[in-house]
Amino acid sequence: MKTDNRILLQTISSYYQVELSFFNHLHDLGLLEIEIMEQSPYIHENQMHNLERMIRLHNELNVNPEGIDVVFNLLQKIDHLQKELIATNNRLRLFEN
Amino acid sequence: MAFIDYYKVLEIDKSASEADIKKAYRKLARKYHPDLNPNDKEAEKKFKELNEANEVLSNPENRKKYDQYGENWEQGAEYEKARRQQQQQQQQYSGGQFGGFGGFSGGGDYSDFFESMFGGGRQRGSRRSTAFKGQDFNAELNLDLKDVYTTHKRTLTVNGKNIRLTIPAGVENGQVIKIPGQGGEGANGGPKGDLYLTFNIENHTNFKLDKHNLYTTVDLDLYTAILGGEITANTFDGKVRLTVKPGTQNGTKVKLKCKGFPVYKREGEYGDLYISYQILLPTNLTHREKELFAELAKLRTI
Repeated sequence: MKTDNRILLQTISSYYQVELSFFNHLHDLGLLEIEIMEQSPYIHENQMHNLERMIRLHNELNVNPEGIDVVFNLLQKIDHLQKELIATNNRLRLFEN
Repeated sequence: MAFIDYYKVLEIDKSASEADIKKAYRKLARKYHPDLNPNDKEAEKKFKELNEANEVLSNPENRKKYDQYGENWEQGAEYEKARRQQQQQQQQYSGGQFGGFGGFSGGGDYSDFFESMFGGGRQRGSRRSTAFKGQDFNAELNLDLKDVYTTHKRTLTVNGKNIRLTIPAGVENGQVIKIPGQGGEGANGGPKGDLYLTFNIENHTNFKLDKHNLYTTVDLDLYTAILGGEITANTFDGKVRLTVKPGTQNGTKVKLKCKGFPVYKREGEYGDLYISYQILLPTNLTHREKELFAELAKLRTI
């Protein structure tokens, strides 16, 4: 069931066969926004990219929600560093022939 | 096509037990998993090799075949090919699935070596569970700096689909733009994937770019530099007339406001253009010219 780009959490939970408590745990850690509409939990589809990554980390590498939080913080750092590196490399072009 | 040493890939030796293989695979997967190595092609390659090695070595039947032929795999591949053809003729082809440990997403393609030894035509990615949200596509777009000076429309073909998009002026080298909903179809009513477009921008112009400012060098003949005058210089998209002051030194920089590169998503906003003068000294002087320079030199020393 879909409501205005929002996906029922139950749908995702059963699709991936992940317990609802896992999502609540992510929510408690501030990793996932859950919206309650008509007494049912939904998530906005723009969170799916990150959520699927979290599910993969959980299912495939056995990382628990706290571990996922750590991983995401480090990934954010990597992203920032990669962007900075690109910007620095672009500036270096100024000094190359 | 080269032989792949799957034991080496998993960093184990040939006597490894099934548990050793599983452990080694899991350990390396934690290192090279694509979700932990964004934008890392080397890690992606490693991860594919790992999955392939695991598919072969974690399945006793495949492992046996692999061990049996080893480096003489080509012979084995020939034999397998013949066997398969025979099977197909007998209409007995059974497309057996691989066993192995819990599959990983993003395993992707198999090597040619794998294909020839264990057969192509297997359902690629069958071990990966399809994501609810459609697959995200990554594409690279190679453009020239000239192309991104102005906002323009472009049609791209990504995975056989034509996508028409507007490329804003001033997009930077290495910049990634997310185009929502242009990835793969979702499963069971899941949202579509997105397209991540990375811009590779080559600069073949005489201008160097630093953020939004452009830098260029303009040749100036000795006489104009000394006496002053007017010259015409190229800007990125046209020409400009400049007044050169008498006694202009070599390397003098002139700043032309708003003649630089457009600022991304800020319409009408431009960086500046910096022109450095490079003074050209006359060469191959005639006898008369030398005399005159000598005279000038004398005037200066007196």
